[in-house]
Amino acid sequence: MSGTDADVIDALVGITPGSPLDAIRARRPEARAHAQATYRALFAPESPGNVSARERFAVGAFVAGVHGATAIADCYAERLAESGASAALKEAIDAAVKEARTNGPYGRYPAGPLSREDTAGSSYRVGAAIRRTLGPRLAAAFEHTHMLVFHPRDAAPAALQALLDAGWSTTDIVTLSQIVAFLSFQIRVVAGLRILAGRP
Amino acid sequence: MTTPTAFTRAPLDWLPWLEPLAADEMTERHMASLVDAARVKSPYFRLLARDPDALEARTRTDKDIFYNADAGLPRAERELAAAATSRFNGCLYCASVHARHAATYSKREADVDRLLDAGVTADLGERWNAIVTASVALTATPSAFGPEHVDRLRRAGLDDLAIADVIHAAAFFNWANRLMLSLGEPAAAAGP
Repeated sequence: MSGTDADVIDALVGITPGSPLDAIRARRPEARAHAQATYRALFAPESPGNVSARERFAVGAFVAGVHGATAIADCYAERLAESGASAALKEAIDAAVKEARTNGPYGRYPAGPLSREDTAGSSYRVGAAIRRTLGPRLAAAFEHTHMLVFHPRDAAPAALQALLDAGWSTTDIVTLSQIVAFLSFQIRVVAGLRILAGRP
Repeated sequence: MTTPTAFTRAPLDWLPWLEPLAADEMTERHMASLVDAARVKSPYFRLLARDPDALEARTRTDKDIFYNADAGLPRAERELAAAATSRFNGCLYCASVHARHAATYSKREADVDRLLDAGVTADLGERWNAIVTASVALTATPSAFGPEHVDRLRRAGLDDLAIADVIHAAAFFNWANRLMLSLGEPAAAAGP
């Protein structure tokens, strides 16, 4: 996953030209092309705005890591290293993944008939040592990311305020949200197609 | 404004928690990122237009997964996968839209309502059960989707293109649910 031209989903699933899954993906050519275009827009943007490459790949490695998608996490970590990030940041992300991993989805509903489906689970707070390496902006992003990945129905305006307070602009928050949400898609397409490919 | 407290097929409004772009401050690039010009009325799409390249690619991915009519899974069942994913993640807004579509295309309103009311373990007949179960397994974090889901979908009559459609429809709603749930909230639509 070093360039932005090779199709990332094909590479992660191991789809080779002429294979059955290559033919299946070719039947949905716009979805294939624009999943890749989304990857480019979020990880090699023409106008990066205020969200740095280091932040984009750090969040990418964290999202894939907490999904237990090791091979995908390694790809984003590799791009993170290429962006000039320190080895200490990589170690902090690995440590954050360890303390943040859980099982989802859980969370609460607005009070009413759905309350019987409320499922308890924790909100993630980045540990002090990791926070020192991540810095306040990335630490706030990781805490928000954990909610988006594992308990998105607990979302509330206060979560967005925490990002604003940590220096994320409204536009930055849209980009961060798209990164986490898109990866939730990419990781599942890869997981699903790998299973399908393994069951000829 | 009333916050809905149950899953429904009724149309809901969606209110942003962050400021969308104002329609009159949108550039040509922002407008093009909406893909459908009528979406300028939607605060959701005007908010996402703050990152226009990501929005446009998202929308074109969405349209091909759900609207591409070249074989594979029938439209009703792509919508079923979207509704089941939204039901499991807890996105009342997304579930309302796609339950409505699933009911429209399948004419199985009672089954769709069972999914909304009883949840993803409701008995909807084996073919729909297989699609819902596979969508839910893929939606779990970490994913619980396995060879047994592929086998069950095949036994229910799905070919591999249709199974890939289930995977893409469920995966896409893991994208859409997270945006809808975290950037704003549903509200009961204003009455006449």
